Amino acid sequence: MTEEEWTAVRLSLLVAITATAASLPFGIAVAWLLARGRFWGKSLLDTFVHLPLIMPPVVTGYLLLILFGRRGPIGEVLDQVFGIVLSFRWTGAALACAVMGFPLMVRAIRLSIEAVDTRLESAAGTLGAAPLWVFATVTLPLCLPGVIAGAILCFAKSMGEFGATITFVSNIPGETQTLPSAIYTLTQVPGGDPGALRLTLISVVISMAALLGSELLARRIGARRMAT
Amino acid sequence: MSLEVDVGHRLGTFHLDARFTAPPGLTALFGRSGSGKTSLVNIVAGLIEPQRGRVIVDGQTLVDTDAAAFVPAHRRRVGYVFQDSRLFPHFSVRQNLLYGRWFARGSGGASGDLASVVDLLGLAALLDRHPDSLSGGEKQRVAIGRALLARPRLVLMDEPLASLDEARRGEIMPYLERLRDRAGVPILYVSHSVSEVARLATTVVILAEGKVAAVGPVADILPLAEAGDGGSVLDAVVARHDEPFQLSVLSSAAGELTVPRLSTPVGARVRAYIRSRDVMLSLKPPQDISALNVLSGTVAAITPNGAQADIRLDCNGAALLARITSKSVERLALAPGKPVHAVVKSVSFERT
Repeated sequence: MTEEEWTAVRLSLLVAITATAASLPFGIAVAWLLARGRFWGKSLLDTFVHLPLIMPPVVTGYLLLILFGRRGPIGEVLDQVFGIVLSFRWTGAALACAVMGFPLMVRAIRLSIEAVDTRLESAAGTLGAAPLWVFATVTLPLCLPGVIAGAILCFAKSMGEFGATITFVSNIPGETQTLPSAIYTLTQVPGGDPGALRLTLISVVISMAALLGSELLARRIGARRMAT
Repeated sequence: MSLEVDVGHRLGTFHLDARFTAPPGLTALFGRSGSGKTSLVNIVAGLIEPQRGRVIVDGQTLVDTDAAAFVPAHRRRVGYVFQDSRLFPHFSVRQNLLYGRWFARGSGGASGDLASVVDLLGLAALLDRHPDSLSGGEKQRVAIGRALLARPRLVLMDEPLASLDEARRGEIMPYLERLRDRAGVPILYVSHSVSEVARLATTVVILAEGKVAAVGPVADILPLAEAGDGGSVLDAVVARHDEPFQLSVLSSAAGELTVPRLSTPVGARVRAYIRSRDVMLSLKPPQDISALNVLSGTVAAITPNGAQADIRLDCNGAALLARITSKSVERLALAPGKPVHAVVKSVSFERT
């Protein structure tokens, strides 16, 4: 393993964890809105959330570039007001990964919220719990396995995200060169194959570890619930 | 303490239009399935916002559509015991019990003490278990305890015994009686079972097709209930026990009733329920018959009901209902004012 390869692995983990952690609160909120909300434009929101799943990743990346680039309508505000620059930074890679993983995350959480018995929620209401408390003490604990599944899906998607990331933040070693970009780069140079293979193996191991970890966590929650 | 309800609500083709006032004690909402009982209770609980009307508990307005007032469910402090206990599966019994109390902390109200509720409902052995491992009867007892610990001003019970078999019902009934007599919280109790209402209710509200058909004390109203088999309620006191024959003698306004040995002591008040089809009528005092209970009275009213007729008797001031065939009415030439002897074939009775 060369230093450059390690950097790509570390960067990918950082980007994926940041993307997952930052989008989780939004993912839960949007999933709850879609599962329980009754408002005008709900199907519009649903479609919008699913867009990154159905559009070509390059298109998503390019839209991000237009919106969040330094001259973009959102990027300019972020730069001038908050001093946050996303384009060609690892934070931009995290944004691209979060956007790409968001539909998968929302879908998993939404399904698990829909599976929570609303009769338990109204029972909590009659016992004096305000809606936010009902969510925190009844809905969220009961849909936790779905939240974990959604987070793992987003993490896995982020580890493998390529098209939107490379379009939005390019492929800068040490800043935006994640695992897939590094593998792609290595396959483009003579003698890069052994390095590409090493990174591929690491990528497989991380993905499997994430999946196993989520299975174990979900099983532990289930076991605790069954315990008397 | 009272509950005042006057609401109108349309659900699809069903129209609920109910108005009644419930005095303290246990008020039974009685009626067939589909008569609007659960909708009415959900309106009182705040789970349904009525299209018209108002609900007032203890002088506080919970809903008033004219004044655009609506108190959300979580601020009503109404303890709701659902037909399907709805315990939280991720909490232990103890956590379930304490859930509502935590939100009600700082506010006054009855029955706030865990120990006394655990004692009242016999929950001590269940506290550390999880809802999955409880039987149906145990779940309902926990659900009742959970509602009580939320310091409610009013307890709503929507057929809390409906999903249970006879044995489990018998297990919970005494707890409900103690609750009615000791907790001091008024209870609105939905049921379609005559025996439950006869045993538990202080006041009965009969609901039919979304409208209140009758309201009043249980002894006056229950005979009117057209739930297949009508019946009458007699308040009585255990006069003595007849040990050799394993019988108990009750004295009531209508006369003495002899029933299989009760476990209650002499002097205890009991409420006897006599189904109208278990009452035969005779013009002469019957002799040499196996039935032990013969009450005398006069015919107060005759209500024809197809091939049958419901005869209302006045037995020394107490009302007794008999259901006999129209042919018998004609054969005995029954008419209001005529003295008759009522042969009671069976009595079900409950301690009060």
